[in-house]
Amino acid sequence: MLTKRIIACLDVHAGRVVKGVQFVDLIDAGDPATQAARHAREGADEIVLLDITATHEGRQTLLDTVRRTALELFVPFCVGGGIKSADDAEQVFEAGADKVSINSAALADPGLIDAIGRSFGAVRDAQVFVHGGRKPVGRRVVEWAREAEQRGAGEILLTSMDSDGTRAGFDCELTAAVSEAVGIPVIASGGAGTVAHFTDVFARGKAHAALAASIFHFGVSTSRSLKEELARSGVPVRLPC
Amino acid sequence: MRVTVIDYKAGNLTSVLKTLKHLGAETIVTDGDLSIVEAAERIVLPGVGHFAATHRLDATGLTRAIRAAIARGVPFLGICVGMQWLYAGSTEAPEQPGLGAFAESCTRFAESTEKVPHVGWNSLEVRSGSRLLNGVEPGEFVYFTHSYKGPVTADTAAVTHYIEPFAAAVERGNVMGVQFHPEKSGETGLKILRNFLAWEANRC
Repeated sequence: MLTKRIIACLDVHAGRVVKGVQFVDLIDAGDPATQAARHAREGADEIVLLDITATHEGRQTLLDTVRRTALELFVPFCVGGGIKSADDAEQVFEAGADKVSINSAALADPGLIDAIGRSFGAVRDAQVFVHGGRKPVGRRVVEWAREAEQRGAGEILLTSMDSDGTRAGFDCELTAAVSEAVGIPVIASGGAGTVAHFTDVFARGKAHAALAASIFHFGVSTSRSLKEELARSGVPVRLPC
Repeated sequence: MRVTVIDYKAGNLTSVLKTLKHLGAETIVTDGDLSIVEAAERIVLPGVGHFAATHRLDATGLTRAIRAAIARGVPFLGICVGMQWLYAGSTEAPEQPGLGAFAESCTRFAESTEKVPHVGWNSLEVRSGSRLLNGVEPGEFVYFTHSYKGPVTADTAAVTHYIEPFAAAVERGNVMGVQFHPEKSGETGLKILRNFLAWEANRC
């Protein structure tokens, strides 16, 4: 049976994992490679590394970070942030990413999704990060998700900027609306705080995967303990892991 | 131990190479040097992208060289599209033939309310006698990401259920394929790759 994925997200700024509330007030949360390996050991089904400042800063630090992080990671590894062209995507893949997540650049030029799909094959890697922080999307989320799918995105990573870092729960209404509108898997992101938030977003939000960051940092909870509780609530998860 | 990894320029090989090296293999990559395939001890064909991209294997002569290597008994592992290529073809690119080691063709998942691609960790029902999947317990999970799949037949080494039962792994003698990504499937995937690296041709 296909299981619901629990994805650990590392927001990275200048080569360090950081966490803030609604993308501001950043706190240092460690070395990306060390943190990614720890999450994989503790049962995360996938690791997402988002370079939250890459749009503004140099790419080399990120590529080095991706290379170091990928080296000993044997679960799927997605990288996002500042990918503005098919060449940028190729560099991130060569550094060891299995998927790329694109947002701002795709909004500015939706053809980028097609271009990355043509180079690398849609199924594997084109994950479109819908919503996001800093820049207002300026388009209806559902409509944008549907367009991303038509252009060959393999998954939708749906982040609610309003819920991000609040630990007050996922935006289940938005997640369900997107999930019902597209034929590709939807990853819910933003607001994870309790086990009930996850059961809720899988049931009511119709999500295929859920992503969390703050809940896993600073030893609050591990993916394994979260998944054990989800299993007790009847959610299919990968256990033992 | 040496592994020849085939590059058909449809995507990157980083994950597969890194994982094989982690398991102690020496990797040699070729995108068309037939002498490398002729001297290969074992061959991995990683799979990414569209089935049509396997045309490059024909154009470079790799298809013929791989066929000869398989006939010599060289252990061969196809991953994802690399497994699909072992069949006669795929409805993803009907004009492009596969190797034809297995007579059937790959098809897209049937229309349903479930999402396609099939992305995520799903469990394996391993059939007895598989050497590639030796030691994989019932219900162990592996990571999939694909829209096309091979049918369940006598050569199927493991079955997975999504929309319909499909071949998660195929195996006949020294020819093996996995629809999932063992390089991304945690300890279970590493165990399967170790089995492939330990595979000795004279045991078949």
